[in-house]
Amino acid sequence: MILGQYIEDAINWMTANFSGFFDAVNIGMSSLIDVIESFWGWLPFYVTIALFAGIAWWKAGKSNAILTIVGLLFIYFAGFWVETMQTFALVLASAFIALVIGIPLGIWSAKNETAQKVIRPILDFMQTMPAFVYLIPAVLFFGLGTVPGAFATIIFAMPPVVRLTSLGIKQVPEEIVEATKAFGATPGQLLVKVQLPLAMPTILAGVNQTIMMALSMVVIASMIGAKGLGEIVLQGISQLRIGLGFESGLAVVLLAIILDRITQNLGKSSKKK
Amino acid sequence: MEKIRIENLSLVFGKNKSKALKLLESGKNKAEILDATGCTVAVQHANLSIDEGEIFVVMGLSGSGKSTLLRCLNRLINPTTGKIFINNEEITNMNDRELLNIRRKELAMVFQHFGLLPHRTVLSNVAFGQELQGISKAERETQAMETIDLVGLKGYENQKVSELSGGMQQRVGLARGLANKPEVLLMDEAFSALDPLIRSQMQDELLILQEKMKKTIVFITHDLDEAIKLGDRIAIMKDGEIVQIGTSEEIITNPANDYIESFVENVDRSKIVTAASIMFSKPKVARLKKEGPAGVLRIMRENGVEHLPVVRTNRTFLGYVKLTDVLRLKKEEAKTIESIINESVMSVTPDTTIENMLPLLSKTNLPIPVVNGENHLLGVVSPTSIIAESTGMAKKEIHEIIQKAIEL
Ligand SMILES: Nc1ncnc2c1ncn2[C@@H]1O[C@H](COP(=O)(O)OP(=O)(O)O)[C@@H](O)[C@H]1O
Ligand SMILES: [Mg+2]
Repeated sequence: MILGQYIEDAINWMTANFSGFFDAVNIGMSSLIDVIESFWGWLPFYVTIALFAGIAWWKAGKSNAILTIVGLLFIYFAGFWVETMQTFALVLASAFIALVIGIPLGIWSAKNETAQKVIRPILDFMQTMPAFVYLIPAVLFFGLGTVPGAFATIIFAMPPVVRLTSLGIKQVPEEIVEATKAFGATPGQLLVKVQLPLAMPTILAGVNQTIMMALSMVVIASMIGAKGLGEIVLQGISQLRIGLGFESGLAVVLLAIILDRITQNLGKSSKKK
Repeated sequence: MEKIRIENLSLVFGKNKSKALKLLESGKNKAEILDATGCTVAVQHANLSIDEGEIFVVMGLSGSGKSTLLRCLNRLINPTTGKIFINNEEITNMNDRELLNIRRKELAMVFQHFGLLPHRTVLSNVAFGQELQGISKAERETQAMETIDLVGLKGYENQKVSELSGGMQQRVGLARGLANKPEVLLMDEAFSALDPLIRSQMQDELLILQEKMKKTIVFITHDLDEAIKLGDRIAIMKDGEIVQIGTSEEIITNPANDYIESFVENVDRSKIVTAASIMFSKPKVARLKKEGPAGVLRIMRENGVEHLPVVRTNRTFLGYVKLTDVLRLKKEEAKTIESIINESVMSVTPDTTIENMLPLLSKTNLPIPVVNGENHLLGVVSPTSIIAESTGMAKKEIHEIIQKAIEL
């Protein structure tokens, strides 16, 4: 296929000419991931569980706090604690970078029609592409390991927060925007004092989706050497150890549920019991 | 004194503005231009001069271009061609900095659906304009509290605006507008989203506030009754054109075309039309010093009337004389008509409305004298024309009736 040939050439050209850049990114990302990972690794498991449960209680209510405790205890006693924390650290790091890039992109595409015209098809493309495809350039740029896993995850997880940030800003009623301008707001004041606060629930829905997609991708990224729960799932599959595969799969699901419950309610003020 | 001037302003929405403008210059109308270019002409060739301290109402049906015209004043929308001056300063050529400044200091706006920040309290909404200017929290909130008091929201300052009723929210909108102490208030259908009762109440309160504040208010509405109630002057728009500008009375008594005539058809004229516009301003009179009974009798015969108002040489109104009395005096060969003047005649001032003249009809069938502050006779209103006006007959009919009334 000619198209495939072109893309291969382009990626080869990029690895050849931007190797310095990719190395810098590699170092930056791996140190960020290391810091986060060693923090969660260093924290005793009961403190981590208490912390998670506390946040869940605060944001999502009592029953979700109980669910969090039970789920994390299961993970601990099933022997997946270290891997779960690795996965969690990778999700946190990738989602953080995806948000840092994605939210400004969303703002830009809400405010600029040309930007929107360019960004939208790219997002469509990114979202419909099978997740595995991202692994290929990630490996070519960064080799095997955690960083390419994070790279693929960032790309895969970014679209929802871009889309929903843009949507949230555009949904601010025209009259409110007009009123803000009419009282002499600069574009910056309009964004910070009006558009972002009013778009916040929608943006946070995007944050939630980005985190969930990051989690699903982090598991897949184990195929190219990212550490964490995905490794055990892969092990279960390749060694046909159904029990191990099932248990580690359940751990992923539990982590997903806990993260979802907590981040779903980010936008709402703390829940009463 | 002139506060705002709009010169030959046109505004076209759409891609092909220059072609649309050319067609507009060549006299094509809104629909033809839309067909030819796909552009909407929202405002065409608007010329206006708004005085300081007046409530200037722009009225027209939905889609007639009122909101667009208003948004040109603070340049939320930039006019395609034309100029706007505020305090004789052209705002259509201002840069961003100057524009920001004039929006902060001179112009405030009140919106149909309030345009408030739902996540904030009443207080911080009212203080919003000053927050944008970087005024300290303490200072802006003190000022905001004063304005909140002014619009009757005291005690609500810490509520979220989304928890308030529509009427209350619009008070917040009004307070936010006033908090900057602007000279001009732009109000776009500010009361149209409110229940009729609340709406009428807000109109009254705006008028009371305006008594105190003497702002220049540009008020947009699609409701003729509201326009009449609030407007010192009214501009009527149709398809982007300003069709007529005048006081409500001028528009009602002298509509510029059939469109406006049909528009004002159902108005309760008796509340608006005044003695000045229906009086006959050169009535035949008897001058006390100049005409004796014989002279008066001659005037009465020439004009075929049985009553005449009597004035001094300087036109001070004295009363009426009756034909039978004059005949009697003539027989007695009296020199002057002074003795027969009926002084117990009710007179009205030029700004008396028909509604207020109607009760006089039950007391007299004489033409009602219209006098100014010095009691000089300005004209007379015939009872027939009062009835004609208050029953809203066609202008021509009324004219005929008035003619007849005068001839009688
Ligand atoms: N942003 C816009 N883009 C295109 N056409 C518009 C826009 N805003 C208003 N119009 C058109 O301009 C005309 C005048 O609208 P508007 O000023 O809102 O009227 P009104 O306030 O009197 O109801 C209408 O025909 C309307 O459809
Ligand atoms: Mg409008």
